[in-house]
Amino acid sequence: MTGFFANAGIYLPILLKGVWLTIAVTFLALTLATLLGLVWALFRTSGIAWLAMATRVFVEFVRGIPILVVLFYIYFVMPEVGLDLTAFQAGVAGLALTYSCYIGETFRAGIEAVDRGQVEAAKSIGMKQPLMMRRVVLPQAFKIVVPPYSNNMVMLLKDSSQVSVISVAELTMQGKMLASSTFDNMTVFTLVALLYLCLTLPLNFVMRRVEIAMGKAQ
Amino acid sequence: MIKLEDVHKSFAQHEVLKGVDAEINKGEVVCLIGPSGSGKSTLLRCINGLEAYQRGRISVDGETVDVGAPTIHDIRTRVSMVFQRFNLFPHRTALENVMEGPRYVLKEDAQAARQRATQLLTRVGLADKLQSYPSSLSGGQQQRVAIARALAMQPEAILFDEPTSALDPEMVGEVLQVMRALAEEHMTMLVVTHEILFAREVADRVLFLDGGRIVEEGPAGELLRHPKHERTQDFLRRVTHPV
Repeated sequence: MTGFFANAGIYLPILLKGVWLTIAVTFLALTLATLLGLVWALFRTSGIAWLAMATRVFVEFVRGIPILVVLFYIYFVMPEVGLDLTAFQAGVAGLALTYSCYIGETFRAGIEAVDRGQVEAAKSIGMKQPLMMRRVVLPQAFKIVVPPYSNNMVMLLKDSSQVSVISVAELTMQGKMLASSTFDNMTVFTLVALLYLCLTLPLNFVMRRVEIAMGKAQ
Repeated sequence: MIKLEDVHKSFAQHEVLKGVDAEINKGEVVCLIGPSGSGKSTLLRCINGLEAYQRGRISVDGETVDVGAPTIHDIRTRVSMVFQRFNLFPHRTALENVMEGPRYVLKEDAQAARQRATQLLTRVGLADKLQSYPSSLSGGQQQRVAIARALAMQPEAILFDEPTSALDPEMVGEVLQVMRALAEEHMTMLVVTHEILFAREVADRVLFLDGGRIVEEGPAGELLRHPKHERTQDFLRRVTHPV
């Protein structure tokens, strides 16, 4: 056990470099995925048949492909058609694309869970679709989606470890490299796991507070 | 002002309205009565473009009501609706609920909208509930806010879809009282209701809808006291003497 703490002091600074990259990838991918997800959800609930259908096909398509394959595709295949991204950019893009579909479905479910009477009341005072979405439906939908959205956030954070396969040196990648050079698998991967918990547990806590706050704010 | 000509409406195979003709004139209070499933609410919702109809024509001031047409939004600002289940916006206060339409649809300035919303809520007896959220209001209070919300659009007519059916019995009176006051000010109203007494006292005219058709219509007092059609007689007997 003393060995663990002694070595941990040496390993931590190296692993922390990975932590920052994990945070950066997660934050950027989450922001993009949330914006895109909102767009998908608005398309799917727009009432415009072809737009809803096209979005649905796209979302089903992306959701049906493993993240790893999406990452490989963006990083290795796209350069052949002229889209040359760095490993970091490709990682963010892959995660954002995949998660925009999960988050989009979450938002859509939230929008559809808003009572139909609300939509009718909004229409009955002459609101058009965009105004109705902004003033009536989305504020209520956001409240409904906080718990599943929090879940998406935590999953995205954990799935950011997948970008290590295209050589982004985030936390998991740093751990793997450190372990293979020290053979101290036990200490390294325990630290990696603890560092992930240091990110996910506070995130859970914060989102739980948000949920409670929104519940109170009627 | 509201005119229905041979209106047909079906849900899939089920034909709900089988050719309805009716006219509601300016300043008139018309009650629409009939057994449940007769198509009363559907008819009302068609007038406001919340449901599409397949055949015939509904018009407001000569303008055809068509769910797909861009004019529908404008028609809805002129013909407001009050719902059975109130449908207030739960994330906004009573005042904000009433201000919403004037402020964001009619684009009135905030100050003016607030002032008028306050007046309207005072008029329906809720001056002390401006800042309350719907969840802290009783059913009767919520429905009065909903009426104020409809009035805030300064509509030419208001459609009421069973406005007292979801209320506890002791709250029915306060809502009907507000509606009676509106009728006395000659607001054009089309009311789907089971409150026969209200219809008798307040309505100018009553339409009896059964099986998707208007079976009988006439001045309220006459139709409700001396119904001519057998089905009207039968319905009124069951409503007024349930036991």
